[in-house]
Amino acid sequence: MTHLSVHFTGVSKRYPHFSLDDIDLALPTGSIMGFVGANGAGKSTTIRILMGLVHQDSGSVEVLGHAMPADQAAAKRDIGFVSEDMRLYEAATLAWHMKFIQSIFPRWDQRYADNLLRRFDLKPQQKIKGLSHGQRVKAALLLALARRPRLLVLDEPTTGLDPVARREVLAELMAVLIDEQRTIFFSSQNTLDVEQISDQIAFIDRGRIIDSANKEIFLDRWRRIRLMLPPDTTLPRLPGVVEVGGSSRLPVLTINQFDPAMVAACQDAGAAVQSVDAMTLEEIFVANVQSRRDHPVAVSETTESVTA
Amino acid sequence: MYTQYIQMDTSIVISQSDGRPMYLQIMEQIKQKVAVGEWPPGEEIPSIRALAVALRVSVITVKRAYLELEREGVIITQHGKGSLVAPDPGLAPRLYDRELEDHLEHAARIGNLLGLTPDDLADRLRDTSARLTAETLAKEPV
Repeated sequence: MTHLSVHFTGVSKRYPHFSLDDIDLALPTGSIMGFVGANGAGKSTTIRILMGLVHQDSGSVEVLGHAMPADQAAAKRDIGFVSEDMRLYEAATLAWHMKFIQSIFPRWDQRYADNLLRRFDLKPQQKIKGLSHGQRVKAALLLALARRPRLLVLDEPTTGLDPVARREVLAELMAVLIDEQRTIFFSSQNTLDVEQISDQIAFIDRGRIIDSANKEIFLDRWRRIRLMLPPDTTLPRLPGVVEVGGSSRLPVLTINQFDPAMVAACQDAGAAVQSVDAMTLEEIFVANVQSRRDHPVAVSETTESVTA
Repeated sequence: MYTQYIQMDTSIVISQSDGRPMYLQIMEQIKQKVAVGEWPPGEEIPSIRALAVALRVSVITVKRAYLELEREGVIITQHGKGSLVAPDPGLAPRLYDRELEDHLEHAARIGNLLGLTPDDLADRLRDTSARLTAETLAKEPV
């Protein structure tokens, strides 16, 4: 049985102009979840609920076995949280911050902190106000990592980082996972980062989770099939076709429930299969959001025809 | 212990612009290591987590590559003990043979498209082989 470090069940939160609707999330201990969504999709609200900073109207949230928000004090001892709106003291040095965090969290690991200083190329005597954006992100990450929290919650950790800093940050995140008892939840708009390091993926759009799965299963379900049709041929109705693009003789099918039997079905109908291509997470995300925005009914219909 | 994992030299390269899924890239490069003998039969290989950290690739992706490699008989994973290259001395030549088979299939398919007969195809292969041998000889110091 896998233990869950983060578990949302039917979580909702209503605001006048925005609502989070029936959010379910399950993140097994020892893995990384990449939480993907456009601006304003509900990523930050979800993270605030996870941290107990915002209280849900309904539904249950369990983090490291603690009910949130009721039990947040106990949960937060073991959570390292880094977000963009987290302020460090501008006039103080990084060394001052390190001492301060160390005085609150007894598990602070000074050797690890020193290692991170070197790898992130940060100088402890430097004042926060003199740091670049990338250095601030790395400083905040160092302060969270060296506490050795069981759960890391990161809001957009790689946004605005140059390629070298991004690589350093991803490497440190993966290094945390060498310990099977540690877990990471991070939000991102960068689907490349998510595709690279996530075990689990959750897509959020307009306050709803539109898809959530193990990454390998997820990428396997989506394919783009390019066909060539003889004149006056119609394709059979295939389950899970979210979009038919291209032209009438050269259609391109985007499928979210791929099965190799579909290729045979197209060939039986007289179509020549030009290619069956895997899709990147970015292409999948865009196709997913657009098909739901364009044809909310059509998508639910195809899903029904599969189960029927 | 911590730094050691980061610096572990796996010499496996994952490219995000390579159109193939990452787990296939990992599989292919491990098979190459085994085929050329860099990872000999019976040799212990990095654990799933250690390789994931070294490659900065998710654990689940490496796990999938290892599962498929196990299914193909290239590696053996023992629970709680890690993985090793299958202790089978015939493994390396067999991997080369399978690769040859794939290329031959590909060549035969294109040959069909071009309307070549099996004999035409065989001739072409003989010519190519002869050309490569001649080129290698020409490069050797006199």
